[in-house]
Amino acid sequence: MASVDVRKAVKRFGTVEILHGIDVTIDNGTFVVLLGPSGCGKSTLLRMIAGLEEISAGEIAIDGKVVNNVPPKDRDIAMVFQNYALYPHMKVAENMAFGLKLRGVDAPTIDKKVREAAAILNLSPLLDRYPRQLSGGQRQRVAMGRAIVRDPQVFLFDEPLSNLDAKLRVQMRTEIRELHQRLRSTSIYVTHDQIEAMTMADKIVVMRDGHIEQQGAPLEVYDRPNNLFVAGFIGSPAMNLVSGAVRRANGTASVVTDDGLVLPVPPGAPAQEGAKVVYGIRPDHIELTSGQGALDVEVAVVEPTGAETLVVGKYGKSDIQAAFRERHAFKPGQRVPLMPMLDKVHLFDAGSGQRLG
Amino acid sequence: MASTATTVDPRAGAALERLGRWLDNRTVLSVLFMLPAASLLLLFLTYPLILGVWMGFTDVKIGRPGVFIGFENYISLFQDGVFLLSVFNTIVYTVVATVLKFGLGLWLALLLNHHIPLKAYVRAFVLLPYIIPTVLSAIAFWWIYDAQFSIISWALTQMGLLDAYIDFLGQPWNARWSVIAANVWRGIPFVAICLLAGLQTISPSLYEAAALDGANSWQRFWHVTVPMLMPILAVVLTFSVLFTFTDFQLIYAITRGGPLNSTHLMATLAFQRAIPGGQLGEGAAIATAMIPFLVGATVFSYYGLQRRKWQQGSADD
Ligand SMILES: Nc1ncnc2c1ncn2[C@@H]1O[C@H](COP(=O)(O)OP(=O)(O)OP(=O)(O)O)[C@@H](O)[C@H]1O
Ligand SMILES: [Mg+2]
Repeated sequence: MASVDVRKAVKRFGTVEILHGIDVTIDNGTFVVLLGPSGCGKSTLLRMIAGLEEISAGEIAIDGKVVNNVPPKDRDIAMVFQNYALYPHMKVAENMAFGLKLRGVDAPTIDKKVREAAAILNLSPLLDRYPRQLSGGQRQRVAMGRAIVRDPQVFLFDEPLSNLDAKLRVQMRTEIRELHQRLRSTSIYVTHDQIEAMTMADKIVVMRDGHIEQQGAPLEVYDRPNNLFVAGFIGSPAMNLVSGAVRRANGTASVVTDDGLVLPVPPGAPAQEGAKVVYGIRPDHIELTSGQGALDVEVAVVEPTGAETLVVGKYGKSDIQAAFRERHAFKPGQRVPLMPMLDKVHLFDAGSGQRLG
Repeated sequence: MASTATTVDPRAGAALERLGRWLDNRTVLSVLFMLPAASLLLLFLTYPLILGVWMGFTDVKIGRPGVFIGFENYISLFQDGVFLLSVFNTIVYTVVATVLKFGLGLWLALLLNHHIPLKAYVRAFVLLPYIIPTVLSAIAFWWIYDAQFSIISWALTQMGLLDAYIDFLGQPWNARWSVIAANVWRGIPFVAICLLAGLQTISPSLYEAAALDGANSWQRFWHVTVPMLMPILAVVLTFSVLFTFTDFQLIYAITRGGPLNSTHLMATLAFQRAIPGGQLGEGAAIATAMIPFLVGATVFSYYGLQRRKWQQGSADD
């Protein structure tokens, strides 16, 4: 087990700069998820940590030692690839044993470790098969097994679940999480699926275009997104974002949308009169109310998922989504009074996109 | 369809219908479709092959039909020093040339598989020896090996490394190495390009996985490249052995089998006995004697190397 420190890491392919000075610390034994849209450089960062890509500038340290010039084979890292990269000409047991064999571990020890790992991953009956004789989920587990037997300093995962169907993905998500709780191994996990990130991570690192937008515990990132990008990216259904200007009058505050409608804001909100802002509220932080000052929302679509009811509607020209635990049978065109929970309102500066307060 | 059926008389209609049903039969249809190709193969491959084998059992000569003489040709061949020498030559030629072609071809393929500048041009350039007509390159080699005008001898003497010109084609072993070198030069591109195609099908992530598993570059070559390349290697090896074993043009153009029959291969000897020598039966017997070697080589590489349990579509284990 080891910590990983990425300091001002820059990656250039030719003249194109892909990562612009990444700073992340991954503490010993934590499960960190790199999250971001396609092409933001997550895989590149992971591969730099593994040593598969050179580091153009900055440094990466594993267990306190800078590894910029250490080849992958000497970094003591295991990686689970998106396409699993199992050796097709080796049986499952051989695939898992390969790394140990190369390190000159004696046969009985290898055999014992492979059997242990296979038992953890429910692979015991499959040890004699070739990769082509396995299902996608089984291959995924073999790839994990190959990593586990080596007992490396750091585990790296590059979207290991993206080739699996939805159900298996959920199941494997739990299995990987359980495995981590059991082995307590430092893990870095790349995904663009924010649910995966929320459910698995001790710490989420949200990336965009080669920058880190925010890092922190999942709920912290969820509750206090640093900027508009994170606010829109994390959470499903996505946060409602409406732009407008702050108005303060006799002790109360509100945001007036571009088409003149009013959104309530807690009085202590850190916004100057007249400031251009983006008003954010998550769909599950909107209540049905009969009280004063409710928003008059016209229902467009009602999407019941069973567990909750998603109401998509219009508030003036703005699209509003609200999620309810209760079942509501609103009709399209019907007008319903909705109220944002005041303490859950997020305000962002319209110019910079940064969080206010 | 219905309108035409009403205009013909009912018996013909029924016959047509039967024909239609018959043509709908998969077996009938597939036989029908294979017929053109099959007849070409029968006419131009099977017939000459059978004729050749048959002639090997006769004493047919040019201008005189022969009679069946059983194994007489073969018995006399086995007491014929020149024939036995040609078998020895053919085996040496095939084994040495194949080993060199695969060693150098694999090395070239590995080099070409790296990122090199002007990759496409370099690859096309490598194919040049292969696309030049054999006889043309053979004539070029003939000059290169010429006793008086050899550019190799000239260059070496100019550099002061040599006092006298090398007698490339005048000494038996010199001549053997010379024709082998020419064959290797011609054969490398085929091997290299085929193996390069094989190398490019290997997923880079396998190498990355192996690197993370702790493999150095030699171990990656041995544990990833070699096994992954084995299926295509087997196919290329089979073809290469077949082509080398049956080589005719290079030898005939460079040495005509000389000196002292030291470069006669079975193919050139068969031709020489049959056409210039007129002994069609004996020539056919020599050619037929190549068949067991070829079948042996094919079976060996097909079963020994090509089919792998781990491959897609191979027999279930
Ligand atoms: N070898 C390369 N040469 C040039 N550009 C590259 C190379 N590899 C990646 N890139 C670029 O770097 C950027 C980041 O790529 P990367 O693979 O890290 O994205 P990612 O965040 O993993 O995306 P995804 O979720 O789609 O896997 C992309 O814009 C990509 O085009
Ligand atoms: Mg990626």
